[in-house]
Amino acid sequence: MQQASRHTLPIDAAIELRRELVAHLRENRTALREEWVRRITEAQLLRAMTNQEIFNEATSVYDNYVEALDTDTLEALQAYARSLSERIIPRGVETDEVVGIVLLLRDVLARSLFGKYQNNPNKLNRVLDAYEPAANRIANTVAVGFVQERERVISQQQEAIRELSTPVLQVRERLLILPIIGIMDPHRARQLTEQLLRGIRTNRARVVVIDITGVAAMDAAVANHLVQTVEASRLLGADVIVTGLSPEIAQTLVNIGVDLGKMKTMGDLQGGIEVAEQSLGYKVVPITQTEAVV
Amino acid sequence: MMVPILKQGHVLIATIMAALSDEDMRQFREALLDRVVSSRATAVIIDVMAMDVLDSFATRTLREIAYMTRLRGAKTVLVGVQPEVAMTMVQLGLHLEGVATALDLEEGLVYLDRLNRRR
Repeated sequence: MQQASRHTLPIDAAIELRRELVAHLRENRTALREEWVRRITEAQLLRAMTNQEIFNEATSVYDNYVEALDTDTLEALQAYARSLSERIIPRGVETDEVVGIVLLLRDVLARSLFGKYQNNPNKLNRVLDAYEPAANRIANTVAVGFVQERERVISQQQEAIRELSTPVLQVRERLLILPIIGIMDPHRARQLTEQLLRGIRTNRARVVVIDITGVAAMDAAVANHLVQTVEASRLLGADVIVTGLSPEIAQTLVNIGVDLGKMKTMGDLQGGIEVAEQSLGYKVVPITQTEAVV
Repeated sequence: MMVPILKQGHVLIATIMAALSDEDMRQFREALLDRVVSSRATAVIIDVMAMDVLDSFATRTLREIAYMTRLRGAKTVLVGVQPEVAMTMVQLGLHLEGVATALDLEEGLVYLDRLNRRR
């Protein structure tokens, strides 16, 4: 604020003006707040929230706003904007609404300053010089805080979806299966490899069956990732059997010249599991047969 | 940096404790190859659990060790490759073809045991 006013006012005068401004806003807290809420409702913003909720949030935004003007620091407001965003994002509040309400508050306050100093244009000018840069910075802070919080939520959800979409499952001791469903992109392929390697270590797996029945197509880059997954697993001492290759994927693998000697493949998941069990020394026998032996 | 080589029955166990310089790696190779014959070992386990990088030289040397010990009558198992190391290696295109691998020392011993019984 001082910086912005320097060329028009000495610093002391700027601080004096700001104090006067803050005093004015505190004095008219109730009226201005109500006016603001009225404008929010009128503009049909924050429709996901009830009037009471809007009024409560408006009150704390207002107080934090005046506080930020008074102290000329944004930290408290930043923290408040973050917690506000955390509360309202799950309610489905959009970015334009948040920017909208902050700009409305700016308008409401500016309007009240116009009203107060309308007979003294000179003073009005100086008050606005002090008010505007601060108000813009506050609006900026709140909007950025909201967007950042939203991005954080989105990336968290993306992460969760990815984790969910590639479960590493243990079907027998030392035997993991990794069913892959949907589209494979390089990012997912890498994440999948990391998860699988972690799974191999924690479950002490010796054989892994990767089932790609649910993958319709695969480009050369992803096919290479698959080959890398197989090789990386082998470095940890686990054999990989890939099952459920569609004709298209088989075509891709042949086209990119995958060395099939390195990759064990079986037609379907059942076949893969059978081979895996065999190499682990399991033998599945129907109960009737075992009884006959006993 | 010395790499300790322990003898356990017919198995030599070498644990690489930290990142090795190229020179250390060469010395380790010489020492191990000598020990294979002098101790009449039938298998070698190299534990790289403590290594957080396996570069191209280290990979090549390990591969060479595996081939050379085989020529001198012992089977080599590489154990303890960390998941991150494995990822990096395949991304860099470093291979350990023809070298047996296992999760850790225990698994390596189990692997050799199975191999012996099959014989």
